[in-house]
Amino acid sequence: MMEIGLNHYLVLSTILFAIGLVGIMRRKNLLLLFFATEILLNAVNVGFAAISHYYGDLTGQMFAFFVIAIAASELAVGLGLLIVWHKRHGTIDLDSMSSMRG
Amino acid sequence: MFEAIAFYLFAFLTIAMFFITVTTSQALYALSALAAGMIFISAFFFILGADFLGAVQIIVYTGAVMALYAFGMMFFDTTREVKEKQGNKYIIVGLATLAAVMVVVIFAAPIVSTNITASYPMLEGAGNTQEVGIVLFTKYLVPFEVAAIMLLVAMVAGIVLAGKKMDLSLTLMSAEEIKLMDEEINKKVLS
Repeated sequence: MMEIGLNHYLVLSTILFAIGLVGIMRRKNLLLLFFATEILLNAVNVGFAAISHYYGDLTGQMFAFFVIAIAASELAVGLGLLIVWHKRHGTIDLDSMSSMRG
Repeated sequence: MFEAIAFYLFAFLTIAMFFITVTTSQALYALSALAAGMIFISAFFFILGADFLGAVQIIVYTGAVMALYAFGMMFFDTTREVKEKQGNKYIIVGLATLAAVMVVVIFAAPIVSTNITASYPMLEGAGNTQEVGIVLFTKYLVPFEVAAIMLLVAMVAGIVLAGKKMDLSLTLMSAEEIKLMDEEINKKVLS
């Protein structure tokens, strides 16, 4: 109980990942969907760092760095697209993007 | 002892903050809770001895990403209450938990099946930042450069996408001008 092991961190990572997935499935606003995506990426980062620490291997931390870089670039492009969409249509709800529905 | 206290404290705080982020109906609360959660996540990295990763987490996430989100929120109408998808809550929670457990199984399966050994073991007598630098600039040099190019591409894309019509200010234009501009935009969209 008092000794924190790898399993504690993996369980925490699972809980955070589940919270992020719940957010993705119940949100309609695209900005809040982006928030949920960030939660997913952070949950995975915690898992990577924990495995890196408990196996004495730096590879996990390296992958966490690349995940952070990917998150930053994903956000820049996604927010740009979101601003363009908002200027055109005045809304960022997911329902407004069903223009291909018959 | 202190490690356990810190772990449970920050685990509780992180889960609470992220839970607020996904459940609140105010976008501003979601943003603040997400920023707090990011800082608490960096505490885990410090506990795990990944000092450099923790510093990067604070600088990149709570510095750059949150500032970008705040900047984006100025464009959108965020004072409104956010509408939620009406669906079966049990299905959503069940699917989310199932998917998360499967992700952990994917991670844990190689650990259980074989005895993995560290291919890049931590060096004795070197700080975390030094170790990270040595591994990053030897083994992971090519991915590092590719990530740099990817960030450059993302920067150009962000400027091109968000910078369009930045010279026009909707608050300083008269109503007729805005109407005219809207009609032009509608023509473009329809054609």
